[in-house]
Amino acid sequence: MMRRRSDTEFSFAPSGLADFPSATHGLRPFGRLRAGCGLHSFAASRLAQSRPLYPFARRVLASLLVLVFIGLLPVGSWAQGGGQLRFCLRAEPKTFDPLKVEDDASVSIRYLTGGVLVRLNRQTQVLEPELAQSWKVSKDGRQISFKLRAGMSFSDGTPFSAEDVAYTVRQLMDPALHSPTGDAFRSAPGNVETKIISPNQISVTFPAPVAGLDRLFDQVAILSAHSAKKEMAVLGPFVVADYKPGTNVLLKRNPNYWETDTQGRKLPYLDSISLDIQPNRDVEMLRFKRGEVDLINSLDSEYFDKLAVTSPQLVHDAGASLDSEQMWFNEVAKAPLPTYKKNWFRSAAFRRAISQAINRDDLSRVVFRGHAQPAVGPFSPANKFWFNSKLKPAVYSPEASLKALQAEGFRLENGALKDRGGNDVVFSIITNSGNKYRERMAVLIQEDLQKIGIHVNVVTLDFPSLIERMTQTFDYEAILLGLTNVGLDPNEEMNVWLSSSENHQWNPQQKTPETAWEAEIDRLMRAQASGVDAKKRKESFDRVQEIVVEQAPFIFLVNRNALSAVSNPVQGASPVILHPQTFWNAERMTVGAK
Amino acid sequence: MKTGRRLACLVLVLVVGASLAAGWLAPPGYAKQYREAAGAAPSAQHWLGTDEIGRDRFARVLYGTRISLLLAPAAALLSTLLAAVVGGLAGYVGGVWARVAMAVTDLFLSLPWLFLLITVRALLPLNVSPLVSVMVTFLILGALGWTSAARVLCTTAATLRGSDFVCQARASGIRGARLFWIHVLPNLKPVLYAQFWISIPVFILSEANLGILGLGVAEPMPSWGSLLRELEGMVSVSEEPSKFVPLILLVVVVTAFQFLLSRQEEVAA
Repeated sequence: MMRRRSDTEFSFAPSGLADFPSATHGLRPFGRLRAGCGLHSFAASRLAQSRPLYPFARRVLASLLVLVFIGLLPVGSWAQGGGQLRFCLRAEPKTFDPLKVEDDASVSIRYLTGGVLVRLNRQTQVLEPELAQSWKVSKDGRQISFKLRAGMSFSDGTPFSAEDVAYTVRQLMDPALHSPTGDAFRSAPGNVETKIISPNQISVTFPAPVAGLDRLFDQVAILSAHSAKKEMAVLGPFVVADYKPGTNVLLKRNPNYWETDTQGRKLPYLDSISLDIQPNRDVEMLRFKRGEVDLINSLDSEYFDKLAVTSPQLVHDAGASLDSEQMWFNEVAKAPLPTYKKNWFRSAAFRRAISQAINRDDLSRVVFRGHAQPAVGPFSPANKFWFNSKLKPAVYSPEASLKALQAEGFRLENGALKDRGGNDVVFSIITNSGNKYRERMAVLIQEDLQKIGIHVNVVTLDFPSLIERMTQTFDYEAILLGLTNVGLDPNEEMNVWLSSSENHQWNPQQKTPETAWEAEIDRLMRAQASGVDAKKRKESFDRVQEIVVEQAPFIFLVNRNALSAVSNPVQGASPVILHPQTFWNAERMTVGAK
Repeated sequence: MKTGRRLACLVLVLVVGASLAAGWLAPPGYAKQYREAAGAAPSAQHWLGTDEIGRDRFARVLYGTRISLLLAPAAALLSTLLAAVVGGLAGYVGGVWARVAMAVTDLFLSLPWLFLLITVRALLPLNVSPLVSVMVTFLILGALGWTSAARVLCTTAATLRGSDFVCQARASGIRGARLFWIHVLPNLKPVLYAQFWISIPVFILSEANLGILGLGVAEPMPSWGSLLRELEGMVSVSEEPSKFVPLILLVVVVTAFQFLLSRQEEVAA
């Protein structure tokens, strides 16, 4: 097995000496290391027979010889023998073409194989140079210039130059390709121009300002313009070596990877990464426990706690992630709901009162076993730059909630809340069947709202039925779902916040904003999207967050923690909240190395 | 075999009795959340511990048993009646009617049940109380589960129609509904009983399957199906044996029904 081989490779020094008696000839004191380092008995006996030297001189000579021996080894051999890292993909990767990537499995493979110009450091959330030594965004936010590292080549040996960057950008922005990565760059209609200034310098000009332009290049893996291997020639630390559909993807070290560590050793350390396609999380967990996989990303809180009992050193809780769980009411004017219910749902006071009556601490503590944080607003505090720190979590208070509802004309009669028209306040919350956390949250909310006389029916539906009600028929009252955020920039959520968007879930595809606050959100989102001054963009989005909290179109419930597990033989892992949590620094990780 | 049947009867009486006495045996009820004791191990206060959101598992098992055991026979009765009407009449009348009825039955048999149930469940109104959702779930099961029984009854009724005693009755001038009521139906009864008893465990298991998919009885009301969902996942299987109680009950009850069923089959034969 690859892994066993790597173990022996890392203990090269002693066995190398054992097979090299002439190198140690005359160094009798080395015999003392025999037991510990496995010196061959023949070599040891020769050492014992040699003429004694002065102790100090012997030590110096021995040290020098060891250093000379190490120096004779090729630098790369230090980096080799990092072992094989094994973990599971939860679905089949749909493509290896980095520009067409959409699904999580393909994103993971792109991350490990693709060379990007700039890389967002998943730990510090700061952009760092990769293939580009430096870069500059123009003041108008339309142009970005890169100065590339020299002397690099793709995994198949094809040299890398600015021509490859120009080729990649042309492919990326080709409307016929329908690249999801490319969509993020399309701020306005028009052509994207690339200008090769020199083999190592290039500028890319967009028809309109693109907010967070440099960060978007974190997702753009550079393709070779000349390689016959096309997208399989990569600049990242690993290269796809084998793919067995439905079973496994094997990545091997890219021998031409450009990066070295601080001591000049070539990266990556790992020999290979084996990615087993395993949708069943129980099986993934069992295999982890048996030592057949080394990492688990996005661990369930139940599994986390069980593992923490037996092997606390294996589990990592990186704190609140970017993912949120939220509920919202149907505010669509044409929804097939009674008018009085539409009036409740379209009332910000009603929505705020509901928000106030939900015990988020209990949701975090009971449902997620403490591995979630009560949500504050649209962005998680984990998003260090964009989170509006002035916002505070909603304080749970059924009394205040009831008071607010009474101020709106609701009244409590025999334990049941009634509106002005005498209608019982009853509504249903739909969530997707099979998601036990959401079902449990809905049941807790059901009991919380019962305390203020609201009767909630919890309905679980299969996902396609739920989506149809949510996007086509609008035949629902409230929905509880989650939002997975992979990006940090609010620009990536334009499709949620613009009132004209299809994903403006509470009231999508509005021709003109139906409320003043939605109009303001539209204006602020467009302002931040077209701005390049990060401070001004932040001010705009801070205000968006405040409006969302004030109006509560989404009632944000919790931000789940980023939980992961890393097996003992893995070294160098430092799980973070951003995708890919556990293997973001795979090129610096080793398995089974000493 | 007699002892086995007696034992089965005793088990069923005990289980049904305990479930009917749920209000007395577990006064806090199935919905009360002890959030401070979520996922607690069995104790003097919570005999079978609490579930993940702190509800008393013993109370939920008792109420869940009540729901599954009372409504599965109701669904079985509905399906048996439908089978008697469609299959019995088709077999008795024969000819075009029988061919049409059996074609419809075959069509129903060829439907992908699970997807049909999921679709029907998705089309139902959302704002229904948990009690209504329970009844709707079993109504759907009953309304869709008559087909196999209808085929058996059709064949039996067709055999009876050509039997000597029916011919003799016809020769004596007895016709139509009277002939069916006096001579055919009494001879169909053992088959009907057998089909009824067969259907009960089938519906219990069907509801359990729906529950495991999260499409059965609505929260917070428990049923065996929703309780069995606690066994999802390796974590539950490897630990917390109290979670196995609904599964053990399901196996015991279905086995008890099978013992009783053997008697019905003997009678039918």
